[in-house]
Amino acid sequence: MKPTRLIIVAVGGQGNLLTSKVIGEAALMADVPVRMSEIHGMAQRGGVVESSIVFGDAQSTIISDGEADVLVGFEPSETLRALNKCHSDTVVISNLAPLSPFTVTVGSGIYPELKVIQSLIRSKTAKLIAFNAESLAREAGNILSVNMVLLGALIQTGRIPLTRETVKNAIKTKTKKAFVETNLKAFELGFSTADSLA
Amino acid sequence: MHKLLTGQPGLKMLLLGNEAIARGGLEAGVAVATTYPGTPSSEISSNFFQISQESKLYFEYSTNEKVALEVAAAAANSGVRSMCIMKHVGMNVAADALLTLAYVGVKGGLVIVTADDPFMFSSQNEQDNRFYSKLAGLPMMEPSSAQEAKDMLRDAFDLSEELQLPVIFRTTTRINHSSEIVSLGELRDPKTTGNFVKDPFNYVTVPAVSRNLHAKLLEKLDKAETISENSKYNMIIGKGDWGIICNGVSYNYVCDGVKELDIQNSTRILRIGISHPMPRILIRNFLKECKKVLIMEEGEPFMEETVKAFAQEAGLTLSIGGKGDGLLSRLYEYNPAQVRESLCEYFGVDYTPRAGVDLSDVPEIPQRPPSLCAGCSHRATFYAVNKAAEGMETICPTDIGCYTLGFLPPLSTGDFLICMGSSVGTSCGFSKVSDKKVISFIGDSTFFHTGIPGLVNAVFNSHNFTLVILDNGITAMTGHQPHPGVDMKAMNFEGYGQVSIEDVVKAVGVKHVSTIRPYRVKKSVDTIKEALMYKGVSVVISQEPCVLFAKALKKPRGKPFFVSDKCKGDKDCINDLACPAFYIRKNRVYIDPVLCSGCSVCAQICPEHAILPLKDKSGK
Repeated sequence: MKPTRLIIVAVGGQGNLLTSKVIGEAALMADVPVRMSEIHGMAQRGGVVESSIVFGDAQSTIISDGEADVLVGFEPSETLRALNKCHSDTVVISNLAPLSPFTVTVGSGIYPELKVIQSLIRSKTAKLIAFNAESLAREAGNILSVNMVLLGALIQTGRIPLTRETVKNAIKTKTKKAFVETNLKAFELGFSTADSLA
Repeated sequence: MHKLLTGQPGLKMLLLGNEAIARGGLEAGVAVATTYPGTPSSEISSNFFQISQESKLYFEYSTNEKVALEVAAAAANSGVRSMCIMKHVGMNVAADALLTLAYVGVKGGLVIVTADDPFMFSSQNEQDNRFYSKLAGLPMMEPSSAQEAKDMLRDAFDLSEELQLPVIFRTTTRINHSSEIVSLGELRDPKTTGNFVKDPFNYVTVPAVSRNLHAKLLEKLDKAETISENSKYNMIIGKGDWGIICNGVSYNYVCDGVKELDIQNSTRILRIGISHPMPRILIRNFLKECKKVLIMEEGEPFMEETVKAFAQEAGLTLSIGGKGDGLLSRLYEYNPAQVRESLCEYFGVDYTPRAGVDLSDVPEIPQRPPSLCAGCSHRATFYAVNKAAEGMETICPTDIGCYTLGFLPPLSTGDFLICMGSSVGTSCGFSKVSDKKVISFIGDSTFFHTGIPGLVNAVFNSHNFTLVILDNGITAMTGHQPHPGVDMKAMNFEGYGQVSIEDVVKAVGVKHVSTIRPYRVKKSVDTIKEALMYKGVSVVISQEPCVLFAKALKKPRGKPFFVSDKCKGDKDCINDLACPAFYIRKNRVYIDPVLCSGCSVCAQICPEHAILPLKDKSGK
């Protein structure tokens, strides 16, 4: 199986690592070769958390600049920051609800306009699917399910070798019981939103 | 039951490298495991800690890596399989024990895991611990994947017992923190009781004994080299005459690169899994089959220098490329594209990589550095110290933990840091040669780890500084591991003692000891001022539980605060505290009630008293 390379970027606390875990478990269920790497030392200290997931016949667990086939950003400025990982055929999925870094609060940085972020990404990659995942998560019943909304959108693109049903099974068996229902709802909302934007 | 205690042989599980290593230990029947926590090794230990609650495994968080290794060394010399886990710099702390333990050897298997951190994702240096294997004269094994880490760790115990030597098992962050699908092996029932047979002329390392032991160590190393020659972990792939010698994760990048470049037929890859002793004959024969050879290894030219020496011994003059000629870097970690490009350059392969995107018109994106959490007690302590020291010229040595982040503006408290415990020792030196007031900072766990000897030194040699011990009741940075000052009973763990930091400080002979609760700002400032005025060694213990850990334990927390209309926009709260719960919208300051932990420090420092507790969580 030809390798497919996926990068997920998020701010610590947004549930990036759980998303990677669900994807990894789904790959295990579907017998899809998968290798993942993550840097999570600072996950709880408000820094950036990046996961790389490589499907198919490859041995590396990390992804070089310009080599991600799919990029999922849980926060718009972080999606833009990870643009160096993309090539011209990359499909990008991004949340549009900003989490302003503290550097902006103290005036040592300016948050780029959402319109600018989107047009930059759109002009340089194959496709951008961008929407407010936070409001969909709220609609699903848990604002912390932004990760599952974006996972739904990712699966809808068909760009990673995992089916909707397998991933839903992984959510059912690998996320906390109390959250399974909202997680599945969030996943479906993300899936259908990506579908409607396609 | 813990997931690593379940699963039949052959079952496939998605495992983090560190989980795979822990499973490998269990498959080897490890009975004693010791550690001092440190990223990227921490999850090996946190899994062992949980597993020890429900199995025969004895696990301990030791005070530091040296103690951890001594505990494991004794168990192993009683015939019990033991494991000692640390991050790379922990090996420096354990080195005193390690180098003579190599002479003494072991009876039961002992595997020492060192987790190196190329690129320094969470470390103060990127030292290459392969040199410890040479320095100590110990065998070293290095896996390339999570699956191999599990299998190799299990085999490392057999190797250790065959050679009667500790085996150093070296990983890098990308092994520890990569996940893959791992096929399980059989669990082995651990033998938990040992039998120490007295043999002082082989165990008590006085010079006359050690002279014999060093000779014995060299004999064992000869045997180890023979094992290395024939080990499946030193393996050759391909029959081409372009040679590539690699180890660890570099091997993966080489394999992917060779495939991508379609040069499988031209290349011959030697993956080194036993990196000390290196297989001399295997490498010589490999070199003889090649026209030119590239050494692909992150870190120092460890293999490169050895391979070049082997080539010289065999009179071989082929080109051996690597770091020596500047093709490859000694800095940071490698990545697949970089390795592929080096292969192209060295072997002269035509290849045009797919172009990345043009980033020239992307505006500067505001940085998102990690920061102290909302409501972190360290922030309150730094604020109080800065207030108390206003007008003083200071030098502030700091130490390793979350509180190191206090060196960032606006707290800007932290002037010097080299290693665990260095805050105290360097304070002695700074205060001796400078007229500035020396105020140093150390965390509770770090104080136990290596802070105490420095403090004893300060009292004995009559130094003059104030040490602030940031006691948040847990080893926070690495994921909330216990330390000797922790009340384990309160967390429902039986069988632990507790060491009071205050008692230790007093017993050491510090005459000026005070304790503050940093959320009480004015009182803390006054107490610190007094400590700063004291001539000699004074200690301030700042006690407040880690806000993240308190949350994890579901401890009740204060009501969140909000910024009322009394705010005149001075922004002292933001400029002096920089708590991430604050945000600004249309030039007005707000507090995010979800992030706010209710510590009330900002409310106490607000000149207009504009920050007030929310009546209820839903809003004003």
